[in-house]
Amino acid sequence: MARRARYSRDPLGLRRALAGWLLPGLVAAMALLAALAVAGAQGAAALAERWQRGAAAAVTVQLPDSDAARVERAIAALRRMPEVSEASAMDQERLAELLRPWLGGSAGLPLPAVIEVRLRDTSVDPVLIGDRLAASVPGAVIEAHGLWVQRLAALARSLQGLSWVILALVAAVAAAVVAVATRAGLAARRDAVEVLHGLGAEDRYIAGRFARRLGLLAAGGALAGTIAAVPALALLADLAAPWIGAGTGGMAQSWALLPWPALAAVPPFAFLVGWGTAQATVRRWLRRLP
Amino acid sequence: MIRFEAVGLRYPGGGPLRGAWGPEALTDITFALPRGSFTWLLGASGAGKSSVLRLMHLALRPTRGEVEVLGLRLARAPRDALPPVRRRIGVVFQDFRLLPYLSVFDNVALPLRLAGRAEASLRADVSEMLRWVGLEAKAQSSPLELSGGEQQRIAIARAVVHRPELLVADEPTGNLDTRQARRLLALLREMNRLGTTVVVASHDEELVARFPAPSLFLHEGRLHDPDNARGLDAWPEDDGALE
Repeated sequence: MARRARYSRDPLGLRRALAGWLLPGLVAAMALLAALAVAGAQGAAALAERWQRGAAAAVTVQLPDSDAARVERAIAALRRMPEVSEASAMDQERLAELLRPWLGGSAGLPLPAVIEVRLRDTSVDPVLIGDRLAASVPGAVIEAHGLWVQRLAALARSLQGLSWVILALVAAVAAAVVAVATRAGLAARRDAVEVLHGLGAEDRYIAGRFARRLGLLAAGGALAGTIAAVPALALLADLAAPWIGAGTGGMAQSWALLPWPALAAVPPFAFLVGWGTAQATVRRWLRRLP
Repeated sequence: MIRFEAVGLRYPGGGPLRGAWGPEALTDITFALPRGSFTWLLGASGAGKSSVLRLMHLALRPTRGEVEVLGLRLARAPRDALPPVRRRIGVVFQDFRLLPYLSVFDNVALPLRLAGRAEASLRADVSEMLRWVGLEAKAQSSPLELSGGEQQRIAIARAVVHRPELLVADEPTGNLDTRQARRLLALLREMNRLGTTVVVASHDEELVARFPAPSLFLHEGRLHDPDNARGLDAWPEDDGALE
């Protein structure tokens, strides 16, 4: 009885014709990329927002070719100024980590020492502070964050845009893979499709069988790929937490930072891509029959 | 019921002239079959019997002329008008065309399931049909486990389980021995007696002689029609207009 019920739902024998792990495996790999792209887009958006919001009152001082002593001298000089509320050196490792996405991991690249300065009054001209600082620490360059922030935010926005492009590309490749798999299934079940067509099956019936099968395969692969992406994303979220104002709260907190709704949307989206592609492919193929 | 009017048929040609059309497989075929009739379609191999049958069960459209089947004018009908008419036609192929990965029961149940019949109500019909062709005990077997004659009976059961108005059979006895062929013809005559219009293509003259019925003779894609009787010998009255 179970056998009969199963077969009545699968009159084309697609469970066997469209079996194996190739399609789910490929979709899983692409879902992993999609999950990374989604997380990247959301992360870049969070960074852009954070930088624009939180850094408005901040000024940075860059000290090219500096050693620790010069940095200490500059910080001391800054703290003596009445209009400066806070001055602290940015950790070189954190700086390198922050810049890694744009500069890559090359350790040999010389980075300037960066001192973050918060002003009591944002109307103070930072150039005057810079001039006074340069008197005690030659070579110090002060920069109002406005420009920096604009550039970083623009960068973050373009990274965000890039992530969406990657996502679209991944979806397109997934659709192409499903189309190839659908054609393979049609080739394997050509006789059965023709028999059902001859018995009066409508195109939407035959296309529906293929679409359901391929949609489920794609969704299954996407689920596996998304789950595989979660640990990597949690690690990235852990690293990014300080920069989006979340502080370091351990794995439990980075867990909470993951874009869960977007990740949860990946398998249903994969189902829709698989379903739609199979529908279009089968219907186009069926047009050759009268 | 079935009406062919100056039907010409060409198949798409292959070879160097891709996209071109091959020579006419059928030329100027004109005839009409009344409802409830039994008709032999005779002719040598390659005369066009299969082409005529494929037009009848809507597997082809005519290149020119008009084919009318169960009220559907095939030449100009929209594509989505064909499936509902196909579901009113039963077809028996020489090579059976059973689906090897489905059980005998599921093969026979296919037309009912395509018509949207509920599982509970189709079970009795399928079992009765299997009993009718004497293969009730093989319901859960694979078609591959059956002999050629048994497979042919399953093909018949599948063709008639939904009580089609038209039954078309293409060389149904080609793979059967004489005794099985006679038994098959008896089944087809029984269907006809129950009201189904039946068209059987065959080149088995002995069988035709045993079951005399009006015949269409095809010769090189044309109806052989010396008396201008539209290829039909001894038809009383054409009631195709009723459809």
